[in-house]
Amino acid sequence: MSTWTRFNIVSVVLGFAFLYLPIVLLIIYSFNDSKLVTVWGGFSTRWYGELFRNQGLMDAAWVTLRVGFISATVATVLGTLAALALTRYTRFRGRVLFSGMVFAPLVMPEVITGLSLLLLFVAVGLDRGFFTVTLAHITFTMCFVAVVVQARLMSFDRSLEEAAMDLGAPPVKTFFQVTLPVILPAIISGWMLAFTLSLDDLVIASFASGPGATTLPMKIYSQVRLGVTPEINAACTLMIAVVAAGVLIASVVNKRREVQRQRDEQAALRLG
Amino acid sequence: MAEATASLSSAAQPAAPSFGDRMFQALTSRLVIIVPYLWLLLFFLIPFVIVFRISLSQTAIAMPPYTPVFSLQDGLAAFFDQLRELNFDNYVWLTEDPLYFNAYVSSVWIAAVSTFFALLVGYPVAYGMARAPAAWRPTLLMLVILPFWTSFLIRVYAWMGILKPEGLLNQLLLSLNVIDTPLLIMNTHTAIFIGIVYSYLPFMILPLYSALEKMDYSLIEAAQDLGCTPISAFWKITFPLSLPGVIAGCMLVFIPAVGEFVIPDLLGGSQTLMIGKTLWNEFFANRDWPVSSAVAVILLLLLIVPIMIFQFAQARAQEQGR
Repeated sequence: MSTWTRFNIVSVVLGFAFLYLPIVLLIIYSFNDSKLVTVWGGFSTRWYGELFRNQGLMDAAWVTLRVGFISATVATVLGTLAALALTRYTRFRGRVLFSGMVFAPLVMPEVITGLSLLLLFVAVGLDRGFFTVTLAHITFTMCFVAVVVQARLMSFDRSLEEAAMDLGAPPVKTFFQVTLPVILPAIISGWMLAFTLSLDDLVIASFASGPGATTLPMKIYSQVRLGVTPEINAACTLMIAVVAAGVLIASVVNKRREVQRQRDEQAALRLG
Repeated sequence: MAEATASLSSAAQPAAPSFGDRMFQALTSRLVIIVPYLWLLLFFLIPFVIVFRISLSQTAIAMPPYTPVFSLQDGLAAFFDQLRELNFDNYVWLTEDPLYFNAYVSSVWIAAVSTFFALLVGYPVAYGMARAPAAWRPTLLMLVILPFWTSFLIRVYAWMGILKPEGLLNQLLLSLNVIDTPLLIMNTHTAIFIGIVYSYLPFMILPLYSALEKMDYSLIEAAQDLGCTPISAFWKITFPLSLPGVIAGCMLVFIPAVGEFVIPDLLGGSQTLMIGKTLWNEFFANRDWPVSSAVAVILLLLLIVPIMIFQFAQARAQEQGR
């Protein structure tokens, strides 16, 4: 029905060029031999070598990965619960407030979230560091998980659950054996979203963090303020590569799962 | 609703579940709500109350650097005493110093202009995607989301290398003899506009795409059959029907852009005034926690209307999805 018209092709191509060109240029210039970042001095991987010898950056990367892993995991559990609460329980006291608290962090300026969390940590006398950054990241990423999982839950066929319960499965068992497998792809992409948001975050981490818990974006930011350096280009390229690999693997796995499901369905139909 | 189906189905069961089972089920269904609710109350709502409280306190040379207010430690009488001494100095200070007022105005202005340009750039892309052959759409959608997975900081940083006076854009334009002297884009408002449009473009495209994809295009064919020119068909049919997407996209760009810190700090240079940057400096450079709290409270008040619009649109989409 729909075909490519010239206008559509041009607008899509220009749009994607705008989205991707800066990143591509950054990656190309990370292989630049010259110390002057904008002058091409030949191909080289020397900045990657420098990068791995930079202990400060490596420590920060390790902190970031740990914070990301822990916070994404906790945020996925909390966010999934929040999504269930929003879709399954249409009526409970304070539902309006609850849905407000789930959606507001999505658009809340990071400076406000960061400042308010910091003041909370100070008020309760919590020492700022690894633990507080993790708490802060759980809080703002769980809302993104909730939105992703909620979207899946809304298109979920409730009759499957009802059938399971009619056959005598208790609700908790129904959840784990029927609901969870169906919404699992959404939960996984929610985890990945939470993980990358945590890896990326500069502003909230700067407020919530303390001595000894410098994350990679904080480290990169402090160097970037002084100007563009090839070493940071290399660090950014590696981060992009890690994320791109993750997204690629996830989409391949999803595709396989989809193909498998279709095959199962066809097999079931033939049997039936 | 789930509880109703649960009780119905358990009634239909041959063996009624034991009292312990029912208690467990009731408890789990409560926990689903209570756990995330408490977490958000503790780490999202209460912090705002604290921000508000500290914005009414006085700066002190101590750690934490403010005088406590509203503490119930000394009993209720002392609490009412404190209420009388409430301190709005920080807010008075914000109105007296034109720096803050200008920062608010310029933040809203920069965010509004950037949102407009994001819509201008994003609409044709979303339209092209929505009208592409169906087989292409998942790939195109993935390509829009992908940059969102790469770090925000990295994407802003990438523009530093492009926009600076000896940067790649100027090199290209100079070598093509388009210009004689390097363009000064870095550290201007233009650089901030580019940065915001670039960083938030996926947020604009996605809601627009989902609105445009749902649209019934036979409406346009009908309009054109009845003598509408393609352009007037667009303004009379396509655009009004995509309005929910336009509103959602604009809110998703405008609200975070007003409080943006990284983009004005890295691309805007020292002269640009934006409120997110002011708050950051007030906090980290001047260590004035009460004033930065007051700045945050006013920023929040400023954003309440757009946030409500966004919430309302979300709630409506949710109702329709049901």
